[in-house]
Amino acid sequence: MSAEGILIMTRAAPYGSSAARDALDAALTCSVFEQPVTLLFLDDGVFQLLKGQSPTEISQKNLNAVQQSLPLYDIERLCVSRSSLDSRGLGTDDLILPVEVVGDAELPQLLSQHRHVLSI
Amino acid sequence: MIFSIVVQAPPIQCQGAETALRFARALLDAGHSIHRVFFYRDGVHNGSALTCLPQDEVSIPEQWQALAREHKLDLVVCIAAAVRRGLINEHEAGRYKKAHWNLAEQFELSGLGQLVEACIQSDRVVTFGGRS
Repeated sequence: MSAEGILIMTRAAPYGSSAARDALDAALTCSVFEQPVTLLFLDDGVFQLLKGQSPTEISQKNLNAVQQSLPLYDIERLCVSRSSLDSRGLGTDDLILPVEVVGDAELPQLLSQHRHVLSI
Repeated sequence: MIFSIVVQAPPIQCQGAETALRFARALLDAGHSIHRVFFYRDGVHNGSALTCLPQDEVSIPEQWQALAREHKLDLVVCIAAAVRRGLINEHEAGRYKKAHWNLAEQFELSGLGQLVEACIQSDRVVTFGGRS
């Protein structure tokens, strides 16, 4: 399989830093430039997709609103690490969008399917 | 091979920016070309003209400038990340009604599209400071 598109890897919780928002901005820009883009959520990055966030109490914008627009930008491949979900007691029912759950052993293949990997 | 470099590490608090600089020099020494260096997140501080260091410390922004002058590098600072952090050029100073600006020569402000374009044009894209 020839590698194409960009995989954006995000590992940070949604509001402790700007990383989640910065990764989303990069993904949306890829889409605007018609580059196939996959988002990979690892480690605390899986918290980004949790339903029911209310960050306005800490003066932050709700990421869920932007995330729900991802399908409109043709960003439909959202991959989530199974071990990251498991170790945090989370399941796909806790997440705001349908995701592809990826086992640790499958991660190298996922990365190699893409032409570039950006870690944000 | 054609490379692009993404710098997310700020120049003082993290080693990543200096590592990126050395990686860029190593690429050029090895005969590769660098399509673009893109500064994102706190990496935008690499583009400050107002960094002041003790005499026995090296200025990372000045080193980027010197490398860019020597090899005609395209140093692009993400405009959205930069203006939020108070890194602006004369044009943005006018737009936001600020009395001063501080983007160093050799750097230019542009959008995230320049990062995507760098991915399209390059054989390899290497990120520094991506986990900070």
